[in-house]
Amino acid sequence: MSSLIQKFNKTFGADMAGPVIAFVVVMVIFGLGADNFLSLGTFGSVAFQLPELGLLTLAMLLPLLTGGINLSVTFTANLSGLAAASVLQAFGGVDASGGAFVIAVAAAVATGAAAGLMTGAAIAYTRAHPILVTLSMMIFLRGLGEFLTRGGDVSGFPSYMEPIGHGSIFGLPIPLLIFIACVGVWQVLLTRSKLGFGLLMIGSNVEAGQYSGLNTRRIIMLVYTLSGVMCAIAGIIMLARFNSVRIGHGESYLLITVLAAFLGGINPFGGFGRVLPVFVALVVLQLLSSGLNLMGANQHLATALWGVLMIVVMAARTIVSSYFASRRKKI
Amino acid sequence: MMSAEPLLSLKNIKITFGGVRALKGVSFEVNPGEVHCLAGENGCGKSTLIKIITGVYKPEDGAEFSFDGQPITAMTPSMAQSLGIQVIWQDLALFGEMTVAENIGFQYAVSGKYGLVDKRAMEKAAEKALARLGVSLDLHLPLKELPIAQRQIVAIARALVGEARLVFMDEPTASLTQSETDYLIEIVRNLSASGVAVVFVSHRLAEVLEISDRMTVLRDGALVGVFPVEGMTQSRVTELMTGRNFDSAVIAADHDDQPVVLSVKNLSRANEFDNISFDLRRGETLGVTGLLGAGRTELALTLFGMRRPHSGEIVLDGETVHFGSNREAIRAGVAYLSEDRLSLGLNQPQSIADNLVMASLDRILSSGLISPPKKENVVAHWISALGVKIGKPEDPIRTLSGGNQQRVAIAKWLAIGPKILILDAPTVGVDVGARAGIFEIVRKLAAEGLSIILISDEPPEVYFNADRIIHMAEGRIKATYDPRQMSLTDLEGKVYA
Repeated sequence: MSSLIQKFNKTFGADMAGPVIAFVVVMVIFGLGADNFLSLGTFGSVAFQLPELGLLTLAMLLPLLTGGINLSVTFTANLSGLAAASVLQAFGGVDASGGAFVIAVAAAVATGAAAGLMTGAAIAYTRAHPILVTLSMMIFLRGLGEFLTRGGDVSGFPSYMEPIGHGSIFGLPIPLLIFIACVGVWQVLLTRSKLGFGLLMIGSNVEAGQYSGLNTRRIIMLVYTLSGVMCAIAGIIMLARFNSVRIGHGESYLLITVLAAFLGGINPFGGFGRVLPVFVALVVLQLLSSGLNLMGANQHLATALWGVLMIVVMAARTIVSSYFASRRKKI
Repeated sequence: MMSAEPLLSLKNIKITFGGVRALKGVSFEVNPGEVHCLAGENGCGKSTLIKIITGVYKPEDGAEFSFDGQPITAMTPSMAQSLGIQVIWQDLALFGEMTVAENIGFQYAVSGKYGLVDKRAMEKAAEKALARLGVSLDLHLPLKELPIAQRQIVAIARALVGEARLVFMDEPTASLTQSETDYLIEIVRNLSASGVAVVFVSHRLAEVLEISDRMTVLRDGALVGVFPVEGMTQSRVTELMTGRNFDSAVIAADHDDQPVVLSVKNLSRANEFDNISFDLRRGETLGVTGLLGAGRTELALTLFGMRRPHSGEIVLDGETVHFGSNREAIRAGVAYLSEDRLSLGLNQPQSIADNLVMASLDRILSSGLISPPKKENVVAHWISALGVKIGKPEDPIRTLSGGNQQRVAIAKWLAIGPKILILDAPTVGVDVGARAGIFEIVRKLAAEGLSIILISDEPPEVYFNADRIIHMAEGRIKATYDPRQMSLTDLEGKVYA
């Protein structure tokens, strides 16, 4: 048993244990409890719902790893979506050409990046706490978005947008493929790039990073800019899925992204964490909500259970680590 | 002082952790009112012994334990407290936001009548404790506004409130300047005169010899012996602690035939240092000493590009440089080992490997990405080159001893391929034995042609390891010395004058 655990830790990392155990538990409970849980239908619903929350969680992940947070992820996403929508509308709405789509995507990414860069610069140069800066940004973006849309929906997009939200390639939903590609990019960024190395280092000690020659301001600005870009991708997916843009779309995802990150073993104080456990944690959250849905439970109950799951995982982590600590002492 | 009955007596103390005998049948005695030194390198069992005395750990069967003539079968932390055994750990465990009175009279805050805090009783107790030490402090000042030496006093005063009869002080002078240390020593004398026994745990041998009556030396969990301090020399104590004999000899040599690598001309920064000029040649070690606040670290940070000089010139390899940041300095081959290893020099929670490559990432890239095999090679190379003792490179660096951490910190800078290595207080928190190891590395690096600036407030370190010594005081160069033309006592006299 212990050698199995060691092998698992070596391959996936110890932080993978929590999400994987939660995954197995959820699969077993719903597999036994709901007749049609282990079906393509469940897979389909999870696969389509996962990417929105997933992309926003990726946007949240980098700031969390630096010991910060980005509270403006959902509004950055929707404002980026709004930028894309405006471009499409300007080029004829439903009749907009493929070229217009490219410009729309560029506009969305530029909007997300600009919002992120502003946030990052404010944090890097004023040294204000990221909670304060991104809270201000969140309120600013929401206000700006509501002002621009008069609080309503913007809709009427060309039909080729639909597959981005609902289409599949070889049976795999396109949003899921986009999300998995983004997970891959983040994985490489965190494990192999200088930026990833630097952001983890300053996550646990900014000053030690400075004294070793890391450009901490540049790292912070890049982190929030990339977070904004990831929001923009989420914004485009949401635009395509709802076939409309509304500044308040997915507002409730904000704190769930933080939850998913912590469930995936991200250190709340920064400096430590990996993408893959977060990915598994996201899958678990979606499975939980889809399974309850299948059993006919109220959707709000699913949200409540997400909270319970988090507490259970935290408690389990404490118990497991103290068990290993006591064993280590005896060896 | 020579009462027949020891206050504390331990015999045959054994304890095992994880299959390792941490204490191998140690005995330890403290007389009433005595100042006793507990000496030994890190990991020799000093802290474990203190934790047994205060009931945190249980010794194995066969131990004999008595306090004030009464045999004690099972010590507990609360029993230790009520017997008047107090420990002041190095981190002091004080509350920065609370006032002096609140810190000293803390137990009144948790045990007042009706669950209320009795402020008057608290202040009275604080005043009494401070008076006993012969000190007066503003009781209402928040602790964080006091210098470290006075916080130390507050910690001692708090121990006295608990009617202490035996006080252990763990590395009390580690972060103090010479004058603050003198002040503390005076306090300890007062304490001892009022009948409280003090056990001093310290690395700094000079003050141990000055203050203690007797010393107990531990090595690798075993008792080396109990010695009267009178007639003891520093080198003898080092030998007892490490079991090795460190021959100290001046290594200073001329480097006039070597090219000048760094030339500092009239460098100044307002309120920090003024008109500093010196040359550093290839393979030369320049010692910089002086009391804390002499401007040494500020000068080093300016050479390292983290501060801008207000006037003057830094010439590196014949070219005047204006570093905009330490990244430019690093690229130009200037490395700076911080005096504060815990928060600035190393990233304590992160791995040994990551700490080691932190400054030299560009050297382990392959098509723009960090190459794991290159990283592994670099880490393995330096770990073996500097003889760092580690478990796995992935372990957090905080799991290493001070000496091994410092070796990794040095390796981090060697990995950039520096021309100049500035070592700021490289032996702070490093054991006596491990210090010798660090200086062995420094000498070897100098012999290989690296130019080194060695900053230390301990004159013997620069005296025995530098080719030339700059004496800084109040931001200016007071004098430049050649170790070959003076004795260590001369140097110490000048620095402490």
